[in-house]
Amino acid sequence: MSTAVETATDIRPFHVEIPDEALEDLRRRIAATNWPEKETVTDHSQGVPLAMVQELARYWATDYDWRKCEAKLNALPQFVTEIDGLEIHFIHARSEHEDALPLVINHGWPGSIIEQLKLIDRLTDPTAHGGDANDAFHVVIPSMPGYGFSGKPTTTGWGPERMGRAWAELMERLGYSRYVAQGGDWGAFVVDQMGLQAPEGLLAIHTNMPATVPADVDAASLAGDPPPAGLSADERRAYEQLIRTYGQVEYARYMATRPQTLYGIADSPVGLAAWLLDHNDADGQPAAAVVSALSRTSSDSGELTRDEVLDNITFYWLTNTGVSASRLYWEYKGGFFNAKGVSIPVAVTVFPGEQYQAPRSWAERAYPNLIYFNEVDRGGHFAAWEEPELFSQELRAAFRSLR
Amino acid sequence: MSSAVATATEIRPFHVEFPEDLLDDMLRRVASTRWPSKELVEDRSQGVQLATTQALARYWTSDYDWRKAEAKLNSLPQFVTQIDGVDIHFIHVRSQHEEALPLIMTHGWPGSVIELLDTIGPLTDPTAHGGPAEHAFHLVLPSLPGYGFSAEPADLGWNAGRIAQAWAELMHRLGYTRYVAQGGDVGALVTDTMGRLAPEGLLGIHVNLLVTVLGGPQPEESEEERAAAKQVATFRQDGFGYFLEMATRPQTIGYALQDSPVALAAWLLDHDTDSYYKISRAFVDGEPVGNLTRDQILDNITVYWLTGTGTSAARNYWEDARVLAQALASGQPPPAVSLPVGFTTFPGEIWRTPRSWVENSYPNVSYFNEVEKGGHFAAWEEPELFSQELRAAFRSLR
Repeated sequence: MSTAVETATDIRPFHVEIPDEALEDLRRRIAATNWPEKETVTDHSQGVPLAMVQELARYWATDYDWRKCEAKLNALPQFVTEIDGLEIHFIHARSEHEDALPLVINHGWPGSIIEQLKLIDRLTDPTAHGGDANDAFHVVIPSMPGYGFSGKPTTTGWGPERMGRAWAELMERLGYSRYVAQGGDWGAFVVDQMGLQAPEGLLAIHTNMPATVPADVDAASLAGDPPPAGLSADERRAYEQLIRTYGQVEYARYMATRPQTLYGIADSPVGLAAWLLDHNDADGQPAAAVVSALSRTSSDSGELTRDEVLDNITFYWLTNTGVSASRLYWEYKGGFFNAKGVSIPVAVTVFPGEQYQAPRSWAERAYPNLIYFNEVDRGGHFAAWEEPELFSQELRAAFRSLR
Repeated sequence: MSSAVATATEIRPFHVEFPEDLLDDMLRRVASTRWPSKELVEDRSQGVQLATTQALARYWTSDYDWRKAEAKLNSLPQFVTQIDGVDIHFIHVRSQHEEALPLIMTHGWPGSVIELLDTIGPLTDPTAHGGPAEHAFHLVLPSLPGYGFSAEPADLGWNAGRIAQAWAELMHRLGYTRYVAQGGDVGALVTDTMGRLAPEGLLGIHVNLLVTVLGGPQPEESEEERAAAKQVATFRQDGFGYFLEMATRPQTIGYALQDSPVALAAWLLDHDTDSYYKISRAFVDGEPVGNLTRDQILDNITVYWLTGTGTSAARNYWEDARVLAQALASGQPPPAVSLPVGFTTFPGEIWRTPRSWVENSYPNVSYFNEVEKGGHFAAWEEPELFSQELRAAFRSLR
């Protein structure tokens, strides 16, 4: 027994070390996959095509090397601390610039902290990446409850609202009295909640999946009705994108009602991979950006690669968090893209491959304290993962006025 | 190479015989299941409960014997014949009563012919089950394309309409010129469609699920109608996820269903609330309701696993959803069913169908009854009662 008394608020270093047996079991299961027959269409309209999954599985079971990802994670300062009864895992990379702005970045589904790894250097050490020392951030990247190395909740209630409060507690525990928050996908829901909660010290949020849709448009798009009269061209386009998106979110409806029934994403690596791959972006379901990454074996400028896609899937597998991550959809009973009433300063970047292109007019109404709005020309739903350089530039620009 | 030339319309005897390796592999996979953490609630509101799935897996690997189901199937006259390019498996049990009425009965999802096996005795041999000889049926039980022992379509378009035509062809091929049709769940959709197509020889239909509810709202005037509408709304809100997933992404969910027996079992168990709790109780407490015993449930799941049809059956929803979407978009109502329609409301069904809804859906309702027990899998759960209903429903058509 240790003589040191651990208090609940202790922050302990964390190191990833997956046993060899777990990796061998994974490879064995992939190799022993019992496959369905081929889809009866020549496009993606029945789901992730057989050839795509088989090609990925072949690589996964042979040449893919999880240990590289593990080494990458272990090169970063990782910690765990108990918040609100649950172990929270997070990366905490401090900039060498003491005046750097503290930033908590929240990942989404089917992502994880793996999505954000390429941001860390760029944000903490901007001078090495063509930026200015004044734009540096101290970066905190937590794993959401039920995801990655954070604990799996054993009781209900861990929705974005509670996560928002937990992140405020985390930032306080790290000694940050002035900070900003960022998120996309579920991370966007969490930072919107943080914006509503407006904890002391939170200066502003940045979202790359803004919730800007006015109530009448939201109701019409959810019902599949014609758009309300009087929409501008941009708003009309956004409306049509919402309609398309709502036709591609059956996975979300399923997880919102029956997360536990997805035993296959705990028991079958290929079942898990297909489930995680089938998230859409504006250009396809599965997301066009991820599909193109599956044939990219290396990248000079940070573009998403096949190894990164598998790092994320393997991360879910090894932590057995497919089902626990799904429960977040069950927990959340609020709206998707409807304006939530956030009044603190908000920065928005609109990526062209995102579910819908939030029009500036809606963003200004949804976020009356809009401090930054920019439409960029590339990147999609997984913007931080797909375009880390551009994404980092956006965060520097978005928060510059707050320093 | 056989010297006999098999013609496409040939009816060939069929025998089920799975190799031992396949059974071993299945049980090995069940035994090495990697489980998720337990759900966070005390009911089914997050899906199939861990204790239920684990009890099922335990029984599957210890006491369950597929060979008994195989023997039961093989004691029945089974056949395959190619229709419209797909090998269709069916059980064909002729009554010893020559005047018996031919009846084609279609299973649903997540079912198979297993659901219907225990109605064979009461329907073909009523005198042994308290009924008169005049109520006998010649029974035809096909496996839907992509389900069970029928082949998996490799081309598009195997929706309820095409299946309905195939069934008419099957009855014609069997030499039946006057027959009736019955179905629940997907079988109800196929049977309803047969009613609309009214192929020559079809005298009438009986269904135990009102599929017209999926095409649009039904009246909500009476207390009974409002109660049923509320059940429909609850289903659409909370119980429709499996339907939507299979209707849009059958291939994606298919990987898990094909690779993990427990994933398949859970997916098939997660149907309606009533049947879920009945089945869950059978496994967890050892207290089956009606004929929904552990062995029955596992016979059905094991058929899906051994035939590898989790994905192809899911794809059936994709096909029907396309037709439904096209029909709704066209604004054209489907042709009415002018043939006589019989309907039985089972109290545990997803929505307790009022007579008024049946009459609103079908102009020629020849039989309606509400019975006091049974649910979505009525034929499976209460084979005797179900058979009595069919005798009563079709009496006027003989």
